Amino acid sequence: MTTAPPLEIRSLTVAYGDHPVLWDVTWVAPEGLTAIVGPNGAGKSTLIKAALGLIPALSGSAAFFGRPLDEVRNRVGYLPQRASVDWDFPATALDVVCMARYPRMAWWGRVPRAEREAARAALAEVGLEEFAERQIGRLSGGQQQRVFLARALAQDSDLYLMDEPFAAVDAATEQAIVAVLRRLTEAGRSVVAVHHDLSTVPDYFSNVLLLNGRAVAAGTVQQAFTPETIAAAYGGRLNLLEGASVAAGARA
Amino acid sequence: MTLGYNTLVVLAGCALLGLAAGTVGAFALLRGRALVADAVGHAALPGVVLAALIVATLGHDPRDLPPLLAGAAIAGIAGVLSVQALARTRRIREDAAIAIVLSAFYAAGVALLSYVQTLPDAAQAGLTKFILGQAAAMRAEDAFWAAAVAMLALLLCLLLFQRLRAACFDPDFARVLGLRTARTDLALLGLIVTVTVAGLQAVGLVLIVALLVLPAATARLLTFRLPRLLLLSAMVGAVCGAAGAAASAIDPDLPTGAAVVLVGAACFTLALLFSPDRGLVAEALRSANRRLAMAQDHFLRAAWEAQEAAGAGPGTAGDRWTPIAAIAAARGWGEGRAWRLARWLALRDLVALSERQVHLTPRGAAAARRAVRAHRAVEHHLLALGAADTAGADRLADLVEHGLTPEVATRLLPEPSALPASPHALGGRP
Repeated sequence: MTTAPPLEIRSLTVAYGDHPVLWDVTWVAPEGLTAIVGPNGAGKSTLIKAALGLIPALSGSAAFFGRPLDEVRNRVGYLPQRASVDWDFPATALDVVCMARYPRMAWWGRVPRAEREAARAALAEVGLEEFAERQIGRLSGGQQQRVFLARALAQDSDLYLMDEPFAAVDAATEQAIVAVLRRLTEAGRSVVAVHHDLSTVPDYFSNVLLLNGRAVAAGTVQQAFTPETIAAAYGGRLNLLEGASVAAGARA
Repeated sequence: MTLGYNTLVVLAGCALLGLAAGTVGAFALLRGRALVADAVGHAALPGVVLAALIVATLGHDPRDLPPLLAGAAIAGIAGVLSVQALARTRRIREDAAIAIVLSAFYAAGVALLSYVQTLPDAAQAGLTKFILGQAAAMRAEDAFWAAAVAMLALLLCLLLFQRLRAACFDPDFARVLGLRTARTDLALLGLIVTVTVAGLQAVGLVLIVALLVLPAATARLLTFRLPRLLLLSAMVGAVCGAAGAAASAIDPDLPTGAAVVLVGAACFTLALLFSPDRGLVAEALRSANRRLAMAQDHFLRAAWEAQEAAGAGPGTAGDRWTPIAAIAAARGWGEGRAWRLARWLALRDLVALSERQVHLTPRGAAAARRAVRAHRAVEHHLLALGAADTAGADRLADLVEHGLTPEVATRLLPEPSALPASPHALGGRP
């Protein structure tokens, strides 16, 4: 096995029009569970999308396991934001999860049985096996999020980039997702997730990147997730109450 | 009208054309590219006219379809590229860009057409048919051409099924997988152009967009499975195409495009109204049923609580008769409404009617007890949570109690099997 880190970002700068969102971000994601946190507009999703080549970067590059993405696509999984697709689309939960297996199939004909079974197994892992044939528009928000998680699992990758996997989900779904993330790391996989709930960072993640246009702090949660670095990332936007809950969470 | 060989070939050609347009249109709709077909169709006109002009100048028959279709395709693609270039300047949005390009190309085509018509040559022969379509004027060989091109598009569409589905649902994810969505999009664009151009002579460039959109929109109302949606869309498209050709054969003055679109619009309207799942009628029926079930629950509960208020005590509905006026007052209903409900419940053997009074039958009493229990379970739960005051809990419970199973009600209640007392005074509401 290679010793190269799952994700290494070098001098990444991204702008929308004239407005720079990411300024010269250099960061190495370690193995294990990593959270990217920062205020709204800090460029968290942009970082993931630019690393995956979904939006153009002005400068800089991203390497996965020490190589360009094109050489290791089969080792990189992606979970986009739930709101990024039309859930009224004519597809069942199983159809959506099967899409993760498309690179393994011929591009004509039906989905082979083995791939279908792999997709079913992924659905079972997130507790949705009995919803396989349900139209995706008739799932609850939390179930839709779990379909996306199942689709990422079906990619069977070594690194997963997840854009707000906990956004607007119910408590049961949140716990189910956390359990899946822990199983992934126990199996030696790595996860980098955009996260917005500061109070759960110490519980769910072992590493953190604090982002606000620039990389403010990075490292293990004990080292890098301190009231000082959080204040630096959030500036005046973090109110006192949130700060208190973060401090309490970090001590626990 | 005679069903000659030519008519039959044209009919079959238009049906096959509709089949392909329905299939390609389904993906166009899912990818949000429906208006592109409109742009291609309108932008094709100058290409058709120029092609006829060139062919005639070279001394060939200007009515030969292949050069005209080639001209249409080139102009149509130029139109789409102009739309994309305009949108990329970020000065205007894509919908405005489509409108601008579509009308500018069409205007250029109309101007060219009027110029061609002043020439002594017969180059203009049949060109105006391309605007609104006239299947009856098609020759058998034209129909073969249109059908062949349409079949090619259909085949390609089925081959690319997985790729198109991935690119339509979540293009970003597909790109992360390493699928070349830009190429898939280009292929879809090519398919739209091909089908549009193939249908120009039969359906006309003004209305060809409808042959792509209406079958797909109809099928979307009828199913949520993509393979079935494609099949339904293709079938509706074939019916539209055949009906248009038939109408044109019966009355050659009727533009085929109009007939095609009218049939398609009829299919869509029928599906919109009567689709078992997503139809407006089914939805109205479901909601009327829900409202009736709610009113029924409320009536039975009012009847039960009137007994309680009269001293019969929870769980022991006495044999008293309750005036309907009292129930109407307790619910805040007009007496007419209470009367109609009482008659309906009497029909269902839930109450007995006498003069202006009702009495719960044994079945009615059981239903009423369930309704009362569900209502109070919600009320007590909300009060225990501190989520509402007594009046608020009553109002909220009125909304959510229906469809609450006895098991769920039991879980909400502090003491499982009992029928708890109402947390508020019974009787008329303010």
